Amino acid sequence: MNVLQEVLQFLINALSLGGLYALMALGLVIVYGILRLVNFAYGELVMVAGYTLLMLGTGPLPWLIVAAISVGMAVLTSLLLERVAFRPVRQASATTMLITSFAVSALLQNAAILFVSPRAKAVVTPSFFTENFQVGGLLISKGNLAGLVVSLLLLGLLTLFLRRTLLGIALRAAADDFVMTRLVGIRANQVIAAAFAISGFFAGVVALFWIGRLGSVGPFVGSTPVLVAFVAAVVGGMQSLTGAVIGGYLLGALTVGLQLVLPQSLLDYRQAFVFAIVLLVLLFRPQGLVRGTTITERV
Amino acid sequence: MLSVEDLYAGYGAILALRGVSLQVKAGELVALIGANGAGKSTLMATIAGVLRPFRGQITFEGQSLLALSPEEIVRRGIALVPEGRRIFPSLTVAENLRLGAATRRDKAAVERDIEEMCTRFPILGKRFHQPGGTLSGGEQQQLAIARALMARPRLLMMDEPSLGLSPILVDEVFAMIRQLHKSGVTILLVEQNVERTLDIANRVYLLNTGRVECQGTPEQLRAQVDIVGAYLGDMWRGD
Repeated sequence: MNVLQEVLQFLINALSLGGLYALMALGLVIVYGILRLVNFAYGELVMVAGYTLLMLGTGPLPWLIVAAISVGMAVLTSLLLERVAFRPVRQASATTMLITSFAVSALLQNAAILFVSPRAKAVVTPSFFTENFQVGGLLISKGNLAGLVVSLLLLGLLTLFLRRTLLGIALRAAADDFVMTRLVGIRANQVIAAAFAISGFFAGVVALFWIGRLGSVGPFVGSTPVLVAFVAAVVGGMQSLTGAVIGGYLLGALTVGLQLVLPQSLLDYRQAFVFAIVLLVLLFRPQGLVRGTTITERV
Repeated sequence: MLSVEDLYAGYGAILALRGVSLQVKAGELVALIGANGAGKSTLMATIAGVLRPFRGQITFEGQSLLALSPEEIVRRGIALVPEGRRIFPSLTVAENLRLGAATRRDKAAVERDIEEMCTRFPILGKRFHQPGGTLSGGEQQQLAIARALMARPRLLMMDEPSLGLSPILVDEVFAMIRQLHKSGVTILLVEQNVERTLDIANRVYLLNTGRVECQGTPEQLRAQVDIVGAYLGDMWRGD
C-alpha cells in the first residue's frame, strides 16, 4: 500500500468513527446546552434501541424497518424520560438533575438485567456491516462507509433544522438564554422536548452502527458510547454544538490514528493514549476547543 | 388595560415589592422611576411572569395573569424589552427578529414587519446576517426593542432602554419611545433618566424600597420635586 492509499484509508475510517462520535456528543450537548443536564442515561437510549433490534431482528420485518422502529423507540424513551424523570426536577439544582440521570441510567440497566438477561445477546445484523469492498487497492468496510455518509447527512440535516425552522432557532436561542426565549413566547416544554427527541434520535442511529459492529447487545452496551460522547463533548466545549462535532471527529481521528502509528506492543493501551491527549487538550483549553456563548440562567 | 394591585414579590426571603398598585390605560405612556433597588425591575419581571408574586393581583384586559407562564403572557399581548437587552448573542439579527414574532402565525405579515424594522432601525438592516453578539451596545438596544415590537404587543414594557448608551444614543432611544407611543403603542417604561422620562410620560410612579412613594402626571411630580429629590439625590438633577 502506498502513502496515498494509507491516507485515504485513514480518512475514511476516521471520518466514519468520528462521525458517530460526533452524533453521540451532539445528543448530549443539545440537552446540556438548554438544561445544564449531562444526561448519563443517554447510553441507555442506545441500549433500548439495541434491545428493539434484538427482539424484532429475528422477526419477518426487513432490517431497515426494524432499524427505523429501533430509532423510534430511542426517541420515545428519551421523551418519556424527560416527562417523568427530568421535568419534575427541572427547577432543582444541576446536581439534582445529574443524580437523577444516574438513577435513571441504573434503573434501565437493571431492568434489562432483570427482564432480559445479564449477559449480552447476539443481534442479527445485516452482513452489510462486516462486508468489505475494494476500490483501487483500498479495502473499504461498507459499515464504515455507511457510518460516514449517515453521520454527514444527519449533521447537514441538523444544521438545516437549526437554521431554517423556528423551532430550530428557538433551540439555539434557548442555549443562549432560556428565560429570554420564554419571554418571546417560545414554550419551555416544547423546546426541551425537541432537544430530548433529537438526543434520542441520535442515540438510536448511533445504536444501529455501534451494535452493528459489536454484533450483540447487553445491559451495559451504552456505557462506552456515553463515555465517548461525554469526552468528545468536553474536549469540544460543552456549550457549543460545533464544539461537540469537532470533539467527536477529533476523538475518532485520534483513535484511528493511534491504531495506525502505535507499535504492536502498545496497541492494547490505545485508549490510555487517547485519554492522555484529551487531558493535554483540556490542560491548555479547560473550556474546550470551542467556547460557547455565555449562559446566564437555567430554566 | 394593565392593573397591578397590592403586589408583594421578591427573591427568596428578600421582599422587593411591598404592596405596589399601579394602572396603565390603553394608549398611555406610564413611567416607573426610582433609585436602584426600588423594585422597578422586579415589578417588570413579575408582570412578565418570570417571578411569582407572594401576594396581590395582576390583571391585563380584565384577566388575571397570575397563574400564567411567561410564554402565555406574551401571547396575551405583553412584550418586554428586558434590562441589559438580552438579545440572543449567537443568533443573527434576522433570527433575533424572527424569534420576536414566535407567537405569530401570519408569516407574510411577519416578513413585512421584519422589513419595516430594518427601515425603522437601519443599522439592523446593515447587520442583518451578523450574530447579535457582535453588535455594539446601542445596536443591541435597538435590536431588543425591535424584537419586542415584532410580537405586535398591545403593551410594551421597557426596562432601562437608555442604560449604558452614549448621550447621542440616549437621545435616539427617547425619540424612538416617543414615536412608538405616538403610533399608538401602550408603554410601561422603567428609567433612571428622570428628566427625560418626565418629558415624554403621561403619568409617573415613583418607587422607593418596594413601595409607590408618589404618583401622578409629570407636572404633579415636578411640584413635589423636593420630596422626590430627597430620595433620588443627584439623579434627579439629570445626567
